[in-house]
Amino acid sequence: MQLIQCPWCGPREEVEFHYGGQAHVAYPDNPAELSDQEWAHFVFFRDNPKGRFAERWCHSVGCRRWFNAIRDTVTYRFECVYRLDDPKAVTS
Amino acid sequence: MAELLPTHPLEAWSTAFERLPDTVRVVVEPFVAMVDVRLGDVGSQARSRLGVDLPTVPNTWVSTDAGRVVWLGPDEWLLTSTTEAPEELEARVRTAVLPMGGSAADVSAQRIGLRLTGAHARDVLAKGCSIDVHPRAFCRGSSVQTTLGLAGVVLLALAGDDYLVLVRSSFAAYLADWLLDAVLEFSTTHHS
Ligand SMILES: [Zn+2]
Repeated sequence: MQLIQCPWCGPREEVEFHYGGQAHVAYPDNPAELSDQEWAHFVFFRDNPKGRFAERWCHSVGCRRWFNAIRDTVTYRFECVYRLDDPKAVTS
Repeated sequence: MAELLPTHPLEAWSTAFERLPDTVRVVVEPFVAMVDVRLGDVGSQARSRLGVDLPTVPNTWVSTDAGRVVWLGPDEWLLTSTTEAPEELEARVRTAVLPMGGSAADVSAQRIGLRLTGAHARDVLAKGCSIDVHPRAFCRGSSVQTTLGLAGVVLLALAGDDYLVLVRSSFAAYLADWLLDAVLEFSTTHHS
């Protein structure tokens, strides 16, 4: 089984984690001014790269903290994990 | 109105646990008061107000005068006490952490404790837990939140071959059955 590094708990089996989709999707600055189409893009539209992807993960069985990870969607390899208050890791 | 008496979720398992060999003993721990503490800033103030150092190293626990403090997250701990009633512990801890922006909630009914001891205790854990619980990696003062079988647990190392498993009350019956099954190969007496 693949091990995923929790920034707090260290390496744990992947079944301890929960996937949270793309990371760094910023909440709209002026949500009241968004059109329906812009809302739809914010809520539903996500990047789908072949390769490195910044994602959110939660150590749901362990410390229950959310963190970010750079994962290669081709190899499933995790390149790095970082805390939510860390700057975004370079993806390309 | 009928009197409501507290019962333990594992009362029906006590006889089965008593029959286990010395190499794997499972003992149901008595109820203890437990409080979940959330606190962002663990400064020197926290120690003087709470009377205990909240461990900041992930996956560790420390003893207190009358219980334990278990690290649950970078801003979350589980405080236990054998001498205070749940509401007393909650009130005391809440008074201590509230001025620092923290919170405390009584979670005494959330989990029950199972003490696992004996030469084969580690082998039993290994059947359903991916964590290395060998004393060289998991010694007294270590704790871990993970799964045992299919149940989420908080596992504490009390000493070599001496573990405390905290499991949610609603999963206790499942885990008790799971433990009895895992222990089977180390039992010398076989019932057919
Ligand atoms: Zn964790």
